[in-house]
Amino acid sequence: MLIIKLAIKNLLGAGLRTWLNVIALSFSYVAIIFMQGLYAGMNNQMEASTIKVQYGGGQYWHELYDPYDPLSLDDAHGIIPNEIDGLIKSNDATSILIRQGSIYPNGRMQNILLKGIDPNQKILALPTHLLNNENGFIPALIGGRMAKSSGLKKGDFVTIRWRDAKGTFDADEVKIVEVINTEVSEIDNGQIWIPLDRMREMTAMQNEATMIVLKQDSQFAKNLSGWEFKNLDYLLADLRSLATTKSAGASIFYFVLLLLAMLAIFDTQILSIFRRRKEMGTLMALGMTRSTLIKLFTLEGSMHAVLAAIAAMIYGGPLVWYVAKVGYGLPASTNSFGFALGDRIYPEFTAGLIIGTILLVLIVTSIVSYLPTRRIAKLKPTDALRGKFI
Amino acid sequence: MSNSFLIKTEKLYKKFPMGPTVLVALDNINITINKGEFLGLVGPSGSGKTTLLNIIGSLDSPTQGSVEVLGNKIETLSHQDAAKLRNNHIGFIFQTFNLLPVYTVYENVEFPLLLQDIETAKRKELVMQALEWVGLADRKDSKPSQLSGGQSQRVAIARAVVKKPELVLADEPTANLDAKNSHNIMETMVKLNEELDTTFIFATHDEKVMKYLKRKITLNDGYIQRDENISLNNQ
Ligand SMILES: Nc1ncnc2c1ncn2[C@@H]1O[C@H](COP(=O)(O)OP(=O)(O)O)[C@@H](O)[C@H]1O
Ligand SMILES: [Mg+2]
Repeated sequence: MLIIKLAIKNLLGAGLRTWLNVIALSFSYVAIIFMQGLYAGMNNQMEASTIKVQYGGGQYWHELYDPYDPLSLDDAHGIIPNEIDGLIKSNDATSILIRQGSIYPNGRMQNILLKGIDPNQKILALPTHLLNNENGFIPALIGGRMAKSSGLKKGDFVTIRWRDAKGTFDADEVKIVEVINTEVSEIDNGQIWIPLDRMREMTAMQNEATMIVLKQDSQFAKNLSGWEFKNLDYLLADLRSLATTKSAGASIFYFVLLLLAMLAIFDTQILSIFRRRKEMGTLMALGMTRSTLIKLFTLEGSMHAVLAAIAAMIYGGPLVWYVAKVGYGLPASTNSFGFALGDRIYPEFTAGLIIGTILLVLIVTSIVSYLPTRRIAKLKPTDALRGKFI
Repeated sequence: MSNSFLIKTEKLYKKFPMGPTVLVALDNINITINKGEFLGLVGPSGSGKTTLLNIIGSLDSPTQGSVEVLGNKIETLSHQDAAKLRNNHIGFIFQTFNLLPVYTVYENVEFPLLLQDIETAKRKELVMQALEWVGLADRKDSKPSQLSGGQSQRVAIARAVVKKPELVLADEPTANLDAKNSHNIMETMVKLNEELDTTFIFATHDEKVMKYLKRKITLNDGYIQRDENISLNNQ
C-alpha cells in the first residue's frame, strides 16, 4: 500500500512529463481499441453482406465443382435432386447454373462466367427480378466491377459465346438491364447473370444446376449423392483469413504507436532512476530495501498505463460510444478493396477488446518500466547518497 | 541488550581501491560509544568522517575489522537486515537535508513510520510531537521547496527522531546553514539528546558545532588523532 501511495505521489509530482507520457500512452489505447473495433465491425458486416448476396444458409455444390478451377465447370452440372426441388418450390433454396463463356465488348475477347439464376428467387438479396424483362433479348445483370473492366453500361448489348452440354459453341446477344452496385466482388468480377431458364435452354441442361443456395438459417443438411454440402464456416473461411490478414496489417500501425509510447516510458524511467539517486539513497537510509525500491520505480512506470487508461476513457469513451452508434463513414475508394462493405461501418467495441487492450498495454508498460530498475539492485546506498551511480 | 555499549569498533579498516593503489579511508579505528552520548567526529575534509558514519549506520561495510551497532555485526549484516536496523533504530540527517520533494512536511516526517507499519492514530501523534520538538508544527502542510534551509534541516531532524531511534547520525548537518540556524539546529538536538536520551553522532568540521559536543573524536587521514571528553562544566 505504501509504495502504491508513494508511486502515485511521485508520478503526479513529476508534473508535465508524466502527463505527456500518459497522453501518448492513452493514444495507444484509443487507437488500438478503435482500430480493432472497426475491423471487428467491418468483418462482421462483410460476413453479413456476403451471406446475404452470395452464401445464403450454405450451399450444395455439384461434386465436380471447384471454384478455383474454371475448367471444372465443363462437367460441374447435374440434375437437381428431388429433395432440393421441394425446397426450391417452397422458396427455401435457389439453384444457380454456372458455365464458362466469353464476351466481345469493343471487339476484344474477355473470358467470363455465365451464371443462371431464377429471376423470382428470394434467397439472395440480388435484384434478379430485373431479369424477368425479356422483350426479344436476353436480359443480363452485371456488377460494378465487371462494368468497369468490360466498359459495359446499362442498356448496352454485348455478344456472349458459350458451349452447350455437348461442347458445341453457340453465341447470342444479351442486354445489360442493370449494373448492380454490390459490395461482394465474388458475385461481380468477370461474370454475367442471366435468367436460369434461358440459360438452361441455351446450354441444353434442363433441370440442371452447378450449385444450390439454401435460405439463411436453413436447417437442411441432408447427404445428397453427387452433391456436396458446404456450410457457412467452410464458405466464409477465405473471407475470415482475409480479414485476419488485413487486421494484422493494421496492427503494425498501432504496434508502432505503442512502441513510441514505450520508448517515452523507458526514457522517463532511465532518466528518473538516473536523476533520483539521492532520493534512492535517502529512502535506503530510512530503511527501504532495494527490492522495495525496484517495486516502487516499476510501479511508478506502470502507473502511467493506469493513468492513461483513465485518460483514454475520458476522451476516448465518448468517441468510441459515438462512432459505435452513428457508424464510421468509409472513403469511397475502399470498395475496390474487395471488401463487402456498406457505406458505414458500425465498429464493435466489446468488453473483451477493451479489457484485453488495457491488460496488454499494462503488461507491456510494466515490463518496460521494470527493465531499467534492475540497475537499482547493484546500487550501493553510499554511492546513491553521494549522487553517484554504479 | 546485554552489552553496556551502543557501538563498538575493533581494528576497523576501510580501504578503497584507487587504480593500482589502495586508499585507506579508515585506519585501525577502535572506539566504544555509549548510550546518550553527544559525539562529534571532527577533522579536515577527506579524513574519513563520512566513511565512519556510513559504516556505523550500516550503509557501508568495513573492509577489515568488526563493528557492532546495537548488537548487530555490521560486517555480516545482510542488505535486508541492515535496512531493518536503519528503519527501526537509526535516524539520519544529511548536509543537503534530503527531504522528499513531492511530500509535505508532515508526510516527510511520517515516512519512517509508514515503513514501520505504525497505525494511523499513533503516527499522527508521533509526527505532531516531532514537529513540536523542532518548532514546525504550523508548517506541516508546506512542501520542502517552500522552506528555508534552516527549516528544512529541522524537518529532517524531526524525520530522524520521529521514530525515537536509539541513534541519530548527522553528516555535516550545519554545512549549508548560516550561523543563526546552525545554533538553532544544534540546540534542538541537544534538547532531544537530553530529553529522549538519544545518542547523536555528528561528522563535522564546523567550528560552531564544537561547543555543543560532549565528546570529540578527531580523525586525520583515517586514523584517530584524539578522543576527548568535554566536561560540560568547562563551557
Ligand atoms: N566510495 C568511495 N570510493 C573511493 N574513495 C572514497 C569513497 N568514499 C570515500 N572515499 C575517500 O575516502 C576518504 C575519506 O572520505 P570521507 O569519509 O568522505 O571524508 P570526510 O567525510 O572526512 O570528508 C577520501 O579520500 C575520499 O576521497
Ligand atoms: Mg564527509
